Amino acid sequence: MELQINDQSVTVVAEADLPLLWVLRDLLGMTGTKFGCGMALCGACTVLVDGQAVRSCVLPVAQAAGKKITTIEGVGSTPVGAALQGAWQEINVVQCGYCQAGQIMSAAALLQVKPQPSDADIDAAMSGNICRCGTYTRIRTAIKQAATHVEQTK
Amino acid sequence: MSAVPDTFSVPKGVTRREFLQRLQAMGGLLLVADGLQIAKAADAPKYGAEGMPHGTVDNPLVFLTIGDDGWVTIIVHRSEMGQGVRTGMPLIVADELEADWAKVRVEQAPADEDKYGNQDTDGSRSTRHFLDPMRRCGAAARMMLEQAAALSWNVPVSEVRALNHEVQHQKTARKLSYATLAKRAAKLPVPTPSALRLKTSGEFRYVGKGGVPLIDGHDIVTGKAQYGIDPWFKDMCFAVIARSPVLGGSVREFNGEAAAAAPGVQKVLKMPAPVAKATFHPLAGIAVIANSTGAAIAARKLLKIQWDDGANGSYDSDAYRAALQESSRKPGKVVRESGNVDTAFKAAARTVEAEYYIPHIAHATMEPPCAAARIIAGKCEVWAPTQAPQVTREDVAKHLGFPMENVTIHVTLLGGGFGRKSKPDFAIEAAILSQAMDGRPVKVTWTREDDLHHDFLGTVSAEYLRAGVGVDGKVSAWLHRSVAPSLATIFAPSTNHEVGAELGMGFINMPYDIPNLRLENPEASAHCRIGWFRSVSNIPHAFAVQSFVAELAANANKDHRDYLLELIGPARKIDPNSLHDDWNHGESPQRYPVDTGRLRRVLETVTQEASWGKKFARGHGQGLAVHYSFLSYVAAVVEVDIDDEGRIMVPRVDVAFDCGPQVNPERIRSQLEGAVIMGISLAMFGEITFKNGRSQQDNFHQYRVTRMSEAPREIRVHLIPQSDWSMPLGGVGEPGVPPIAPALCNAVFAATGKRIRRLPIRDQAKRS
Repeated sequence: MELQINDQSVTVVAEADLPLLWVLRDLLGMTGTKFGCGMALCGACTVLVDGQAVRSCVLPVAQAAGKKITTIEGVGSTPVGAALQGAWQEINVVQCGYCQAGQIMSAAALLQVKPQPSDADIDAAMSGNICRCGTYTRIRTAIKQAATHVEQTK
Repeated sequence: MSAVPDTFSVPKGVTRREFLQRLQAMGGLLLVADGLQIAKAADAPKYGAEGMPHGTVDNPLVFLTIGDDGWVTIIVHRSEMGQGVRTGMPLIVADELEADWAKVRVEQAPADEDKYGNQDTDGSRSTRHFLDPMRRCGAAARMMLEQAAALSWNVPVSEVRALNHEVQHQKTARKLSYATLAKRAAKLPVPTPSALRLKTSGEFRYVGKGGVPLIDGHDIVTGKAQYGIDPWFKDMCFAVIARSPVLGGSVREFNGEAAAAAPGVQKVLKMPAPVAKATFHPLAGIAVIANSTGAAIAARKLLKIQWDDGANGSYDSDAYRAALQESSRKPGKVVRESGNVDTAFKAAARTVEAEYYIPHIAHATMEPPCAAARIIAGKCEVWAPTQAPQVTREDVAKHLGFPMENVTIHVTLLGGGFGRKSKPDFAIEAAILSQAMDGRPVKVTWTREDDLHHDFLGTVSAEYLRAGVGVDGKVSAWLHRSVAPSLATIFAPSTNHEVGAELGMGFINMPYDIPNLRLENPEASAHCRIGWFRSVSNIPHAFAVQSFVAELAANANKDHRDYLLELIGPARKIDPNSLHDDWNHGESPQRYPVDTGRLRRVLETVTQEASWGKKFARGHGQGLAVHYSFLSYVAAVVEVDIDDEGRIMVPRVDVAFDCGPQVNPERIRSQLEGAVIMGISLAMFGEITFKNGRSQQDNFHQYRVTRMSEAPREIRVHLIPQSDWSMPLGGVGEPGVPPIAPALCNAVFAATGKRIRRLPIRDQAKRS
């Protein structure tokens, strides 16, 4: 089947119900998207499908066919994605870093619809992403900083 | 003292003494095994890094190279799991080297303790043990570069000076870059330790300063960073394992036909039988190997397995809790006693008593246990997110029957460790499965269910405290019983008391100024795998002691802060041996006394910074706790805002921290911020329970952790400045966690009048 990943067309042979996560990670070797729970409970596997944050661990690959898939490897080519990655580094958000790809993807989806998110917006958009190291306060700061940066460079 | 009566299986190529030494260092186990004592009476005791297997190495030729292009490559031999060691260690070397951080890159060492020194990344030890060796590495290389420049110019070395990636001769205004000097410098003799000129702290360029970006920051946020779950080869196959749900259980019979016929499945096979001692041995089970992890997970559901549960099949958390609490109400092994407690209780104006319960907790690293392995021509390579590279190497070699030199452990980034990844069962599994697949690369991934069902859990604990109090509210008698199954049980299943490292975590070494005191440790047995969880036994001990002191203050109608300061007593340096703590985190009691002055200072600092004592509306309040662990001093004030439904919000947490001199203050702050959130998470939700020997929590819906909306809005970290670099370092990764749960529960009490004595809190703050 044909997938559109980070603006590239990719052909894969996979069972229709295989979660997109494993297509990315195991069949294509795109390991930036992480496995955390397999039940859409932790957000580590978040990717964008047609701009929406989706948990790829529960999305059958067939449902992503024909749609625009963006992963952590590609999100930096958008202004919002680049601003988030920049802010994440300036604030030294990460500890172990494992959940941060998913965090950034959820934040990217948020900033697309709420360019200047409130704390409540951030809570709503980001509470599906678990960070066991406890970087939440810095993530909140980084999202706001990235939002400001995008606004200023428009 | 915990005796280990029978034989450990010692890996090939490892001396028995070395093996026992590592176990001792890892668990603080006081091992006296069949006549072989670790430290003979005649030996001078070894402390700190020198007490660890393979000690330290400070040879610059091992740890750094300088290329023709001027790039400095620094080897990091400790594992990165979010604590910042891959930035912190090179920063020390680069500083002494006078290197420009922009021209420094980092390489991760494989497992090889003969070459690099000890690699066990646990116990909050990396910076504490390797600051000095890494400084010596950098300084030696700097002096070799200076020597090379002096030889090139034919001037006395005293006239030249290394500065920011070049060596200068001021008299003649000449300069030579490190790139130019590197080759010549590398051939010069390495200066002896006594000849080394270390920088003064005033000369530090990076150490103790801010502004150093994380070495892996860019790779992490762009998805390029390599964790243990990320190695990928074209011919790789992917495995999951159905493991015995009960510790010590085995496969009675199984039918794997349906699984083997499922899409993508390449092989279904039985894992090796269990052994009597859990150690780090893989659990019994059936592996499913497929062309993707997703296919393997789907096929695993089709396995039909009948398990023999073995001796732990009746483990039940409700019954076990009742039994632990019953034990805590009766006298047990006395581990410390002073004065005459019984007489003092009789004379006391009144007594106060309380019982606390702290459940099993799971690490739940965001990257579950996982590893990849392949075998080519009798040589095995493993990629593993391991905190214990050398142990992983030894264990993989043992299980494969390979000599250790034919096993290479590539240490990847760890997607969280917290002590779980000190136990390399997952890496052994990958190696065994690669061997079964004729050496093909195999990646083993634990699902979240696997992780929560088969963790080496934080222990479960019942704590009983009783105090005799005078009319003035002062404590005249103190009885504390701690009952918990020991982590030593994975090595010696019959262990039934807390071992030195557990007692020495905030129980036996409690430094309060109380004249009559008795500490007891009744027996407990283990029925699941118990292991190190970040902060380890400090979590239950600090929760009990710090909650109880708050109860005593309330009972005496005194301010909690003032009461605590009085209980701590005047500033003094206490010999840990005088507290019957002969472990002391493996450190010298002379170098590392318990300093109540520093304990007082963090308490005074945090209460001042948090405006302790300010008035709050109903449902709102502050709680306080202080704790000494891993040779560092921490105090926390947690502020809560509790609604009518009992939902607890945390607007703000203040933490004061004294770990001695601070190498990378930015990462110290981040560790403490993380410890606050993990501490809240554990206190609010953390509990693994057992029924019929099986863990009852499957995934994050049943093992809740704190999320963004529940996290504190603000965390203020107040680092106590220590500018004297001759002062020994304390640990950083772990000490932040223990005071959080009691401070939170003390805040709930302040806000609602409800005293929480059993963790987790869940909905206990709801108004009845």
